[in-house]
Amino acid sequence: MADVEIAVTVNGELRHASVEPRLTLADFLRERCALTGTHLGCEHGVCGACTVLVDGEAVRSCLMFAVQADATEVTTIEGLVGRDGGLTEVQEAFRQCHGLQCGFCTPGFIVSVTAFVRDHPHSGEKEIREALSGNLCRCTGYQGILKAVRTLCRSDATA
Amino acid sequence: MKPSSFEYHAPETVEEAVELLTQFGDNAKILAGGQSLVPMLALRLTAFEHLVDLRRIDGLDGIDRRDGTVRVGAKVTESAVERSAAMAEAASLVTRSTPHIGHFQIRNRGTLCGSIAHADPAAEYPAVAVALGAEMEVVSRRGPRTVSAADFFKGFWTTDIGADELLIAVTFPLWNGRCGFGFQEFARRHGDFAISGAAIGIEADADDRITRCAIALMGMGAIPERARAGESAVLRSKIGEVSAKELGRIAVSELDSVPSDMHGSAAYRKRIGAAMVERAWNEALIEVTNG
Repeated sequence: MADVEIAVTVNGELRHASVEPRLTLADFLRERCALTGTHLGCEHGVCGACTVLVDGEAVRSCLMFAVQADATEVTTIEGLVGRDGGLTEVQEAFRQCHGLQCGFCTPGFIVSVTAFVRDHPHSGEKEIREALSGNLCRCTGYQGILKAVRTLCRSDATA
Repeated sequence: MKPSSFEYHAPETVEEAVELLTQFGDNAKILAGGQSLVPMLALRLTAFEHLVDLRRIDGLDGIDRRDGTVRVGAKVTESAVERSAAMAEAASLVTRSTPHIGHFQIRNRGTLCGSIAHADPAAEYPAVAVALGAEMEVVSRRGPRTVSAADFFKGFWTTDIGADELLIAVTFPLWNGRCGFGFQEFARRHGDFAISGAAIGIEADADDRITRCAIALMGMGAIPERARAGESAVLRSKIGEVSAKELGRIAVSELDSVPSDMHGSAAYRKRIGAAMVERAWNEALIEVTNG
């Protein structure tokens, strides 16, 4: 099957590549861009570990082929960097609230929450829980994660 | 890489897309959001030699009001539907059902037309399309045609769309009288396919008599089923005189192909289905009463 030429901006860097059509965006990021922060759990859209931003929107990179990402801007966990190269607000909140245990699901959670808090900064408990429902943490460390997102929504509400 | 190999096509016009479908027939599949297709490819539940991506085709991403109806193009994502003021105004049942689909990350890619073309009997949009009486616009080299929701769903994951045809839009008619709508579903976890669910639309006259009633059930057969027995039981009744619980019982009474699987027996699904009809009815009733 014929390879396809794509041009994708990944974390601000334009990358040209020739890819097999069945290569997922997740595999492209991990294997062709060496950005292994995007984790692969289920590879069929359930666990959310592979969540990245495509043109700013949180999506499952395992449910998208790299060819579909042609001419888009992709941001992975490696591209989420705070001022002075430090942690972003979301990352800092996860750290403060112990929102991670083994860390496998963390990139997906951070990327999802980054988009969610940006779009819904004043969310209540129900909205937060619904937003987090698309990411699984097999350590079941949800309480710390919930606390982190609550803190983010609260700090923005009072800002 | 989990899916089997395929040839990728990204045509720039509907005509080119249709040409590819004509050429490859059953060996080709349309790729829009891919949120149902890609998992199926990854699990190798299905495989195609050719995927025809709609992403470069212009003019398929509109949610347009036309003579009261609302028309949704093939590339409109579920997230766009969820945010659309035009949709909330013209077909609130569609808006209300949307948050039940997957998760927001899935809705950012998944499309309304894709969900309808995929035709999973447990999915939200096919049931809503059946309840509201939506119309599907399909095109092929033979020309365009319109298929009503009642004739569209043929079986499990099977629709009236031919191998050479492309679903380019779904149009929802306006229910413009004194109407109320309800949407309820039960799933084990948020975002899972429903064990069972109900989408209801009712219209009442000035004397509170029900003049129109549509009940569509999710997960209760091979296609999104209309609960005809339930509908005729309440037609011409006064809204306050309908027992929601009794309606739920009647609505599932005539179903004879309710699936039994690891998630629940047919009897269990019927009980849940009856409860979902009851709740959706109560939801619709509040809207009619206040509307």
